[in-house]
Amino acid sequence: MSLFASRDNLGRSGVTSRLGLVPVPLVLSVIALACVGFAALYSAASGDWDRWAHQQAIRFAIGFVGMLVVACLDLKWIFRLAYPFWFFCIVLLLIVEISGVIGMGAQRWISLGFINLQPSDLMKVATVLALARYYHGLQGNEPKHLKSLFIPAVMTIVPVALIVVQPDLGTGLMIVMVAAAMVFLGGAPWWLFAGGLAALGAIVPAAFHFLHDYQKKRVLTFLNPENDPLGAGYHITQSKIAIGSGGFSGKGYMEGSQAHLNFLPEKHTDFIFTLWAEEWGFVGGMALLLLFSFIFFQGYRIGMRAKTTFGRLLALGLITNYAIYIIINIGMVTGMMPVVGEPLPLISYGGTVMISTLFAFGLMMCVAVNRNATLPRS
Amino acid sequence: MSSDKDQVLSFTRRALVMGGVKGALMLTLVGRLGYLQLAQSDKFKTLADKNRINLKLLAPVRGIIYDRNGQGLAVNEQDFRVQVTPEQTDDLEASLQTLSRVLPLRPQEIQSVLTKARQQAKFLPIEIIDNLSWEQLAAIEVNMPDLAGISIDEGKRRYYPHGPATAHVVGYVGSVAKQDQNGDPVLALPGFRVGKTGLEKAFEVDLRGSAGNSRIEVNVSGRMIRELERENGKPGENMSLTIDLDLQKKVQEFLAREKSASAVVMDAHTGAVYALASSPSFDPNLFTTGISHDAWTTLNTDETLPLNNKAVGGVYPPGSTFKMVTSMAGLEANVIKEDTKVFCPGHYDVGNHRFHCWKKGGHGTVDLTQALAQSCDTFYYSISRDIGIDRIAAMAKRLGLGEALGLELPEERKGTVPTQAWKEKTLGKKWDGGETVVASIGQGYLQTTPLQLATMVSRLVNGGKAVRPWMVAKLDGIDVGLQRQRWPDIGLPADHVARVRAGMEAVVNDERGTAHQYAIKDEARAFAGKTGTAQVRRITEQQRIEGMVPQEDQPWKYRHQGLFVGYAPKDNPRYVACVVVEHAGGSGPAASITRDILSTIQDMRVGDQPVRMPAPVPAPVPEKEKES
Repeated sequence: MSLFASRDNLGRSGVTSRLGLVPVPLVLSVIALACVGFAALYSAASGDWDRWAHQQAIRFAIGFVGMLVVACLDLKWIFRLAYPFWFFCIVLLLIVEISGVIGMGAQRWISLGFINLQPSDLMKVATVLALARYYHGLQGNEPKHLKSLFIPAVMTIVPVALIVVQPDLGTGLMIVMVAAAMVFLGGAPWWLFAGGLAALGAIVPAAFHFLHDYQKKRVLTFLNPENDPLGAGYHITQSKIAIGSGGFSGKGYMEGSQAHLNFLPEKHTDFIFTLWAEEWGFVGGMALLLLFSFIFFQGYRIGMRAKTTFGRLLALGLITNYAIYIIINIGMVTGMMPVVGEPLPLISYGGTVMISTLFAFGLMMCVAVNRNATLPRS
Repeated sequence: MSSDKDQVLSFTRRALVMGGVKGALMLTLVGRLGYLQLAQSDKFKTLADKNRINLKLLAPVRGIIYDRNGQGLAVNEQDFRVQVTPEQTDDLEASLQTLSRVLPLRPQEIQSVLTKARQQAKFLPIEIIDNLSWEQLAAIEVNMPDLAGISIDEGKRRYYPHGPATAHVVGYVGSVAKQDQNGDPVLALPGFRVGKTGLEKAFEVDLRGSAGNSRIEVNVSGRMIRELERENGKPGENMSLTIDLDLQKKVQEFLAREKSASAVVMDAHTGAVYALASSPSFDPNLFTTGISHDAWTTLNTDETLPLNNKAVGGVYPPGSTFKMVTSMAGLEANVIKEDTKVFCPGHYDVGNHRFHCWKKGGHGTVDLTQALAQSCDTFYYSISRDIGIDRIAAMAKRLGLGEALGLELPEERKGTVPTQAWKEKTLGKKWDGGETVVASIGQGYLQTTPLQLATMVSRLVNGGKAVRPWMVAKLDGIDVGLQRQRWPDIGLPADHVARVRAGMEAVVNDERGTAHQYAIKDEARAFAGKTGTAQVRRITEQQRIEGMVPQEDQPWKYRHQGLFVGYAPKDNPRYVACVVVEHAGGSGPAASITRDILSTIQDMRVGDQPVRMPAPVPAPVPEKEKES
């Protein structure tokens, strides 16, 4: 069996015709986002292309080809590889964990030469894949049964536990959120989520007690950044100053004083939205938010039009994962959420996120390309 | 397949709920962006500017003080400082060691630079030594290629080219003390100097000018990126004095013949001060760079008080120079008549108290002219109580004694002219008739400054105009001196003045006069005046009987003060001088110096030319701030 879907499945022939089914608006949106990223990185380096933008462009080029390849895969293969991929990522997490224990300090990545791969980023995609695969196998009222929650719980708790001990609470929480969204979409009872939210309200204060000191500090600083303007609150305060001082139309490209005089920390990674909003103002910020919204819409459209549960859950899970990234990052740099250290995918400088995000978009497009494909129940 | 349909329906419903949640969250972000960038934008713009903009004060250039001929008395000199920027050298200590081969540095100087380098940002230069000589500067410049991180900085430093000769007039500047702080931010600049004495203090606000500022953009570590805006301050105002530097130097030389002396030379008609000197003097330049503790102690503990301006701040009993006041009061009270003559046996008795004339054997019979010429005390003793202290005091005040005359120096003192009311108020005792007798010859409670005595003579010889001494002629190009040349009349009858002046002429030009030996022989340049000798200690009856210890054998501190007031030319008075020689033992040295001063000033014809201020030099375009 060919890796790419066979002629009879599609009714048309070859890889070229599959490429023709790739949703063009989504591809263009991804390119647009990446270009925003290049422009912002060029500015963050004060007009130096080589510092960050060059490397970012190379990674994007590689990832973009990879995305199109994944888009043209037969969904069946992805369906079959969902569980193995999840296990593969768990192994990667264990490798990172063990190498940390052996004495290389807290390390979250595996060097692949051209990028340092963070398994926790891939794990998000893997969890979505595994949960979509699991719910695809349930029939009738099965999703509403409590026992159906057991496997999804294992699929979520194992990687989250491994990630939280890294320690990377932010990524762990993001996987929990994505998993909860998948379980919800999969058909778990409504009361579970109402009850879950209520329980969360009760547990959070208790959980706070068990956080690492630096994590506690982040939360406290978030609640009142001006209390500690030169310490942990400094980043949030300076970021808010940068965004606010951008005003309606911004200070102009490469003219952001907060960014270029280094008042803004991490301006090429987590705080790249701040740089963008400082230089392009409310107009630029809104344009970017609209572009994100358009991408969300594309993801939903693909999910709603897919004929299989696996396809539907996969597309919506991945777009939800992406949306969580965006909302958390922008929420963080505008001072609405604690500093969790999550990047803005496709725009922030960074290899793993770029690759894992493009991989996710490739999977989404694959669902679109294979929207009429059927899959076995198990 | 119906369960499949249900599943799709359920999925669609739940997907819409999720989409709604996402949409709500995105709207929240839009709201937040709007809040920060639209509603709160102004606040954050201000905060961003506060972050990036530092205000740097630019010290104004201090005003220059010129003499009447445009010679600089207080100027600003280029000051070269050698400094090191730690980030420009790999090894700060090695750089300093290399520098010390060219410019010897003490170990503690190197240490203090190293300490500073640890405390501040690496790109900020640290001053090593200031006030470099040209030789040092050249040596450093030549070796610059080997001196990593070392640079030369240029600033302005106050400099007094004539040092001690003008120290008491001009004063000096020093570091800003707590009491100098008045909210002007320029005072907080490192190395800023303010006037501490003399004109530098009196005209501090005018001389200082106002600071400019430079708005510079800095990055997060405070390093300057560029200058955004510069506002040059207003330089201090220049001023021209009525002082003639050449005369001033001569006067200072004459005074230096004695251990401690002071002099005031002024114009009898205008009140313009041509020279004002106090000796010994000091070098005011010591104070601009910070005087050493030893030098300060030496200046402060010297019994001749070199730091004090004795010409305006030294108070002395006027002694016999006061006899003009008593004479004028006596004439006005009609106690001294046309034919008043007094027999002087060498003493005068009031009740059972005997007042001695300075001349042991007495002067015989003297009239007013000879009483002044020979300085007969008995003449004044005998008329004093008929005039009364209050009329004597009133005359003294009309002539300018007992009050601060308003010369532009903060060190001026007002002295004392006693009256009955004054004694009751300050001492709580009734006036004693004997005290009038003592006051008539300028002793007792009377305290005067050389400046007051010069003013007194000026008013006497200028036709009774109430001149006041002044010396700032031009300030910032405005003739501030002009308005000071119309003086009110104090109503001295011309015939009274003529009789007193006849006595003063006789003091110098009559063979019997007390200053006859100092006369200028040239009739056209001859001067007149009055000697004065003031006791520091009371002479007891015992001492008079046993014979007095000659003045030169007594300790310096106990010798008499020697005074002389004079004017020239005697027939057409123009210049007035007062000289006080502290503890001279007699008035001779003061008379000698006055003669030399009046002779010199008549040769120089000081005051013939109006006060000149040099044309302002166009301010150099400020050098663009060096990017550090």
